[in-house]
Amino acid sequence: MTTTLRADPVTAAEIAVLPDDAPPAQARKRDGLFAIVYPPVVLGLFTIGVWYFISYRVLDKKRRFLLEPPHLVWKRGFADREVLKEMSSGLLVTGKVALWGLGIAIVLGFTLAIIMSQSKLIERAVFPYQVMLQATPILAITPLIGFWFGYGLNSKIFIAALISLFPIVVNTLFGLTSAEQGMHDMLTLHNAGRITRLRKVMFPAALPAIFAGLRISAGLSVIGAIVGDFLFGQGDVGIGQLLKRYANLLQGEKLLAAVILSCLLGVFVFVSFGWLNNRVVGRWTTPSRGK
Amino acid sequence: MAANTTAPTLSFQNISMQFPDGTQAIADVSFDVAKGEFVTVVGPSGCGKSTLLKIASGLLNQTSGQVEVDRSNIGYVFQDATLFPWRTVKRNVELLLELHNTPKADRGNMAQRAIDLVGLNGFENHYPKSLSGGMKMRASLARTLTLKPPLLLFDEPFGAVDEITREHLNEETLKLFQQERFAGLFITHSISEAVFLSTRVLVMSARPGRIVASFDVPFDYPRSPELRFDPAFAELAGHINQSLRGAHA
Ligand SMILES: Nc1ncnc2c1ncn2[C@@H]1O[C@H](COP(=O)(O)OP(=O)(O)O)[C@@H](O)[C@H]1O
Ligand SMILES: [Mg+2]
Repeated sequence: MTTTLRADPVTAAEIAVLPDDAPPAQARKRDGLFAIVYPPVVLGLFTIGVWYFISYRVLDKKRRFLLEPPHLVWKRGFADREVLKEMSSGLLVTGKVALWGLGIAIVLGFTLAIIMSQSKLIERAVFPYQVMLQATPILAITPLIGFWFGYGLNSKIFIAALISLFPIVVNTLFGLTSAEQGMHDMLTLHNAGRITRLRKVMFPAALPAIFAGLRISAGLSVIGAIVGDFLFGQGDVGIGQLLKRYANLLQGEKLLAAVILSCLLGVFVFVSFGWLNNRVVGRWTTPSRGK
Repeated sequence: MAANTTAPTLSFQNISMQFPDGTQAIADVSFDVAKGEFVTVVGPSGCGKSTLLKIASGLLNQTSGQVEVDRSNIGYVFQDATLFPWRTVKRNVELLLELHNTPKADRGNMAQRAIDLVGLNGFENHYPKSLSGGMKMRASLARTLTLKPPLLLFDEPFGAVDEITREHLNEETLKLFQQERFAGLFITHSISEAVFLSTRVLVMSARPGRIVASFDVPFDYPRSPELRFDPAFAELAGHINQSLRGAHA
């Protein structure tokens, strides 16, 4: 923390409040709502313009199903009660699979990270296999997963968990080892045991990294749930199966609507975890850009 | 001037330290710190001053020599404030009490007393991110004081704050010492800080660190801030400076 000399005279009242050098300035001046809202709105309108241009000018009538114009996507996708019901039920099914997968990944990931944080030896032993697992393309092991867990719910959850495990382990482990040496020394000086160290230093220090990992993993679990649903056709119909069905039937509007909805589900999950992050660690962390 | 009737609180006897990579940090250091003494070590950076404190506290083991000290309650003020960013000032100050299983009901009062002592009242519920460098050091000091340690180790605690704040903090430290009369071992780069606070100033040589000179500081407590402008103060500081220049060579 550096302190710069101030050019303006310091008032007596200020001195009375501040025992020493001035604390860091609190709130920076924030941009107005308008300045934040209008750039993406302009870009959005522009994108819709390009979309219309491609639908009506680039594609002729016979090939228009490749990219139906926005208002038809709205009309036949979102505004059609039956379709909307079908898709929201699919969304719910997929969301549930994603949550189950994420939950399993969290429990497993935390456990792994905590064990690895306690012993360098275990960390070294596990790490290469963890990388191998991460590097394995989901598609390559799909037959195996189907073979083991069937072609329904379990396999979908398995994929969602598998795909979101890695960021949780890596970020949690990084976070657990991120506390300053001085904090550890403090606990050593006062004879604190492993559990106390984990509770009072390592875990709280890890929280920001844990949330960064959770946010990535939550997004991935949604992708995993959709991919799983797409690959394994049995069980409740989720967004993945709908995507496949609409594509097979050449229903471009519905397909696009389903894509937009899955995208919104991902955004929802991302924003929720961002909110949770601010609730839990926002008070003591310095906000950084893009988080 | 030190009272030698009781055993010293901390005693280094022929301490040497060699790190596993072969770095010889300290060579044959011996001195005592008794209750009511405030001993400051000055020396070039990298000469083994921090290492000395780590050995005193048991964070490191010396390669040879003896340390005599009761390690059940040592106060240690680090160079960085090492506050826990997720705890408020109050909860930070309570940390050591928690580690020593002080009943929850007592913690609040004990922490509050320490906070008042360092002049941080009004900032109890602030998180470290909203504190200035000087205020962080005050919080760190308060945390150490909660357990009323008979031995306090300071590792360049005010090295990172500006001059005016440092002088304020020196005066506060002096006040604490005058009140509590602990045994103090203080590390610093600043000669005026050393003279202002201490009963004795030790000069350490460049690595491997040895004690090359020892100066008794004759000024009585309580000391006033004006002591810094006393000619005798300047003269002593001059002698120490000369000795330190010799140590650098
Ligand atoms: N763990 C370590 N391993 C090897 N060398 C070390 C270690 N810790 C400190 N040193 C070396 O020992 C010397 C003394 O370090 P230190 O006590 O931190 O010096 P200072 O007097 O600046 O506090 C330095 O040269 C430093 O590089
Ligand atoms: Mg040092």
